[in-house]
Amino acid sequence: MSDKKPERREFLFTASYVVGAVGVAAAVWPLVDQMNPDASVKALASTEVDISSVKPGNTITVLWRGKPVFIRRRTQDEITEAKSVKMEDLKHPEKDEDRAKDPEWLVMVGVCTHLGCVPLNDKGDYNGWFCPCHGSHYDTSGRIRKGPAPLNMEIPKYEFVDAGKIKIG
Amino acid sequence: MSDHEYTPKSKVGKWFNDRLPILTLANHLTDYPTPKNLNYWWTFGGILTFCLITQIITGLTLAMHYIAHADMAFESVEQIMRDVNYGWLIRYIHANGASMFFLAVYIHIFRSLFYGSYKSPREIIWIIGIIIYLLMMAAAFMGYVLPWGQMSFWGATVITNLFSAIPLVGEGIVAWLWGGYSVDNPTLTRFFTLHYLIPFLILGLVVLHIWALHVPGNNNPVGIDIKKPSKDTVPFHPYIVIKDGFALLMFMIVFAFFVFYAPNILGHADNYIEANPMVTPAHIVPEWYLLPFYAILRSIPDKLLGVLAMLFAIIILALLPWLDTSKIRSAVFRPLYKQFYWILLADVLILGYMGAMPAEGLYLLIARIATSYYFLHFLVILPVLGFKEKTLPVPLSITDPVLGGSPNLAIAKNKESFEK
Repeated sequence: MSDKKPERREFLFTASYVVGAVGVAAAVWPLVDQMNPDASVKALASTEVDISSVKPGNTITVLWRGKPVFIRRRTQDEITEAKSVKMEDLKHPEKDEDRAKDPEWLVMVGVCTHLGCVPLNDKGDYNGWFCPCHGSHYDTSGRIRKGPAPLNMEIPKYEFVDAGKIKIG
Repeated sequence: MSDHEYTPKSKVGKWFNDRLPILTLANHLTDYPTPKNLNYWWTFGGILTFCLITQIITGLTLAMHYIAHADMAFESVEQIMRDVNYGWLIRYIHANGASMFFLAVYIHIFRSLFYGSYKSPREIIWIIGIIIYLLMMAAAFMGYVLPWGQMSFWGATVITNLFSAIPLVGEGIVAWLWGGYSVDNPTLTRFFTLHYLIPFLILGLVVLHIWALHVPGNNNPVGIDIKKPSKDTVPFHPYIVIKDGFALLMFMIVFAFFVFYAPNILGHADNYIEANPMVTPAHIVPEWYLLPFYAILRSIPDKLLGVLAMLFAIIILALLPWLDTSKIRSAVFRPLYKQFYWILLADVLILGYMGAMPAEGLYLLIARIATSYYFLHFLVILPVLGFKEKTLPVPLSITDPVLGGSPNLAIAKNKESFEK
């Protein structure tokens, strides 16, 4: 009998702690989750852009989810340059074909993958983009070539709606 | 804590004190025995308390006019500057007050480094101090975001993106911090809330910092344990109060110079341009007091390792009581440590300068050398020095170096026996 009593009490203690911890976690979660993007923010997830007036060699920048998106109509030279790069030379190997559905159009989130600055157009050692904050160089396909950024600039989900329109998101 | 019992003189005082011994506390604070050889480097604790109170008061009054909304924040700050009665004064005191706060805290920290104030039995005081310093950096960063200028916006973007370096959950954490897909209104409102909260957390920690200080008592320039109260101590009031007060006045002259003659010299002109998520300013730098850590971040070419190095550069300070293996506190009696101390100070200043320069060429090389030396100092030099260094003889009391060891030694001894 004397052995049994403490065991029963220990079980009650442990059970109370567990129930208490679950209760605290359940109460804390709403306080944490309120900071996450809500449904109304997530709903604003697509934008349509008219690209009919963009000339080769020009870039337009549109705002999507609060971030700039670069839409560049690439010249033939830039396309050739992007396609001729060997995979071994890339920090984050991705083929140009996988980044641009239509080789003439490069659509990507204009945010440096290092710490989120907006890289500058037609700058840097690889004729693509250059981030002024911490010196990352991107090529004509928006791939990281030199500097602290770990990844290529992100390609958002997009589709060509008709001849002169792109839907991003 | 002082051991002697205290009884208020008046009947009302005694009645009250028996129920809430606040007069005993006040008496402890005024009588608190303080080493009599404290120099002016010891006045920065009081100066820092003044800085905190100033920031809280000016912050509260600014919050009566500021509007935490992405569309209105920038304009409301301009309104404070142009329309609100004395708004310009209050805002300039608050903005420069942040810089003055950091100036004082850096002197306070380097004082501790020189005189070994972080060593046993004062480790907890030191660690609380480091936590206060971390909270100060968080408060200053979030405060800088509130005017919603270009530097605010891009500073917030870069700093929050530091968390994206964490593998797997990084991106999720960043979205959680932002409350969206980029720095935007939800980010601004939560930063305002936290910026309002943190100074009060700091205030609470300051109370603990002072409480922990009053257990062993102040360290002193000689760095030895002293008997309290004794011939080596003076009561806090009026001796230290007057000295702190004088130093505070001198400090306020510097403070006033910045507020009235150069209110924007420590800021960045780009922050008078409203935030624009489409364009990053060509040269973004944090405020001067964060530059050394920024230089460490940039000197490492890998994203995750850069962020870790920057965080470790701060955390390493908390480990200092155990990294410094020397039993001698004051650098006065540590001839080698004294030299390394000045090299470290120069190293941190160089890092600060490199943090303000573009991260390329020679600047980057120097920043990398300075970063390596920073870690070398704490991780190799300090632990080894404790075993290798030949320290100078430490006096037995504060009075000893003044009276002892001089040609008048005999007289000093006679005098002591005479007093007995």
